[in-house]
Amino acid sequence: MRLDQRLIADMIEPRTRVLDIGSGDGTLIGHLYRERGCDARGIELNMELVTRSVAHGLPVVHGDADHDLAYYPDHSFDYVVLQRTLQAVERPREVLRQMLRIGRYAIVSFPNFGHWQLRLRLLLGGRMPMTAVWHTPWYETPNIHPCTIRDFLELCRQDGYIVEKWMAVDEEGERAPWRRSIRLANLFGEQALFLLRRR
Amino acid sequence: MPVQPGLTLVFARPARVGECSGFMNSTAPLHIGNHPHVSFPEGVELDCGVTLAPVDIAYCTYGRLSPQKDNAILICHAFTGDQYVAETHPLTGKPGWWGRMVGPGKPIDTDRFFVICSNVLGGCMGSTGPRSLRTDGQGAPDELWGTAFPPITIRDMVRAQYKLVRSLGIDRLFAVVGGSMGGMQVLEWAVTYPQMMLAVMPIATAPFHSAQNIAFNEVGRQAIIADPDWRGGRYWEADVVPARGLAVARMMAHITYLSEEALTRKFGRRMRSGPAGGQGPEGPVSMFGDIFEVESYLRYQGSSFVRRFDANSYLSITRAMDWFDIAADHDGELTSAFVGTAVRFCVVSFSSDWLFPTSAARTLARALNRAAANVSFVEIETDKGHDAFLLDEPDFDRTVRGFLCGVAEHAGLS
Repeated sequence: MRLDQRLIADMIEPRTRVLDIGSGDGTLIGHLYRERGCDARGIELNMELVTRSVAHGLPVVHGDADHDLAYYPDHSFDYVVLQRTLQAVERPREVLRQMLRIGRYAIVSFPNFGHWQLRLRLLLGGRMPMTAVWHTPWYETPNIHPCTIRDFLELCRQDGYIVEKWMAVDEEGERAPWRRSIRLANLFGEQALFLLRRR
Repeated sequence: MPVQPGLTLVFARPARVGECSGFMNSTAPLHIGNHPHVSFPEGVELDCGVTLAPVDIAYCTYGRLSPQKDNAILICHAFTGDQYVAETHPLTGKPGWWGRMVGPGKPIDTDRFFVICSNVLGGCMGSTGPRSLRTDGQGAPDELWGTAFPPITIRDMVRAQYKLVRSLGIDRLFAVVGGSMGGMQVLEWAVTYPQMMLAVMPIATAPFHSAQNIAFNEVGRQAIIADPDWRGGRYWEADVVPARGLAVARMMAHITYLSEEALTRKFGRRMRSGPAGGQGPEGPVSMFGDIFEVESYLRYQGSSFVRRFDANSYLSITRAMDWFDIAADHDGELTSAFVGTAVRFCVVSFSSDWLFPTSAARTLARALNRAAANVSFVEIETDKGHDAFLLDEPDFDRTVRGFLCGVAEHAGLS
């Protein structure tokens, strides 16, 4: 399991209901089900990964964040998880709204576009930045809605979501030490992880 | 086949074993043979209001029922399938229709599970249907039901299966699994008896029969009815069967089970020369000379079908499929049929299936999500069309095996 998935798992209480949007090969829901006694289910777009998950006995449906969340009833899960995908969905604001309609908590991780390397490359090179995290050229990137940690916090404020926990981590998912300052986290954090709830 | 203690196991009178000439222009009578079955003298109360009694249900079982009776899987067969899932068919001599899925070490593992499959109500492989003796006292002695057989629904088929399952001493099934019309029965099980199973796998199916599917069924029925040998449904009186009509119905239906890619891959535009396979619904076709391989294949499908399937059963069962609409029984709301269900669902579709397309499976999966049901939904990538669920599809095998293992793990089944 990736380290950032471990951080997500640590945010989730045992024996709760969890929906993982973009569940991939089912690593996180498998862990939550087998180790934490959660009723953990997944949505995944890649059919090969769906089949692999179901073949491992995990409840996963083929679907995506933009089109399938509307079919889940209100308050049907304790946690709704979206890993490293918010920047790639068609309507991030609507996806967040759906997540907090379906779940009591939303757990969201995304790559931070405010990282100093990106800022520096754009400033000095004048070209779209390419880094280890942002590694596809502008004409074929799936990341159509990149944002910074401060942008995300502003959206949460506008839409009235309460940030229960947040952390900035590096690409490997190690927790990074910029806990006190959002501005520092926004400069040095490669990935951001948020635990939100409705007001 | 293990016989359960305390269960009346009745064998039908030996039928005449006739030599079927076997071509589509054959009108030789159909000999169905005898099949192990259980009789229910009290019968089944049907959706149409009639109580059909007595009712025989022919069935096969594989594996052993555990002492806790918690490892039983009911398999529901498709329209023209039958109970011979995983053994040589006594009539056709062909291997079981799902032998590659059911058996020791197979995805539905009979070393672990006790598998039951019964011939559907209205069928013609030993269960009560239009070929059975008429029992409502309206007809002459020794008269068959024929077209007087009461209209049945998918739910009626499931009611009869429920009686069978209970008669085997099983209070709760581990799972109900089936494809195509079998998938309709699976859904009906989940809706009608939600406490009766832990999990269901509706495969290559839909929550209602579409207008297009009703249309195909109607063409098949009209082909049968238009055959002079159908004789108003009383063909048994003349000791014939409406073989041409039934064969044409089968040929047309068979096309819907395949896909354009599968037909192209299997046959392309290849020709078959000479009179071999030249038998057609109207006898040998001399008008066109050589025929395409795909024509020859369909004629073979048609001619072998009439040797094992009853024309009135065809009419009866296709009608039951046409009526199938889970939502209609729940005020038009598919979701409300499943609200509060504790059953685990695994919905499977096949990408090239245009008879029961993925869109129908997705409608079902979304309705289940709305009902907060525990659902998995997989579309298997294949070019083999609707029939893919019967064919070699490793991803599908893995899905079936993995889903059942997951349910067993969840239920704490060893």
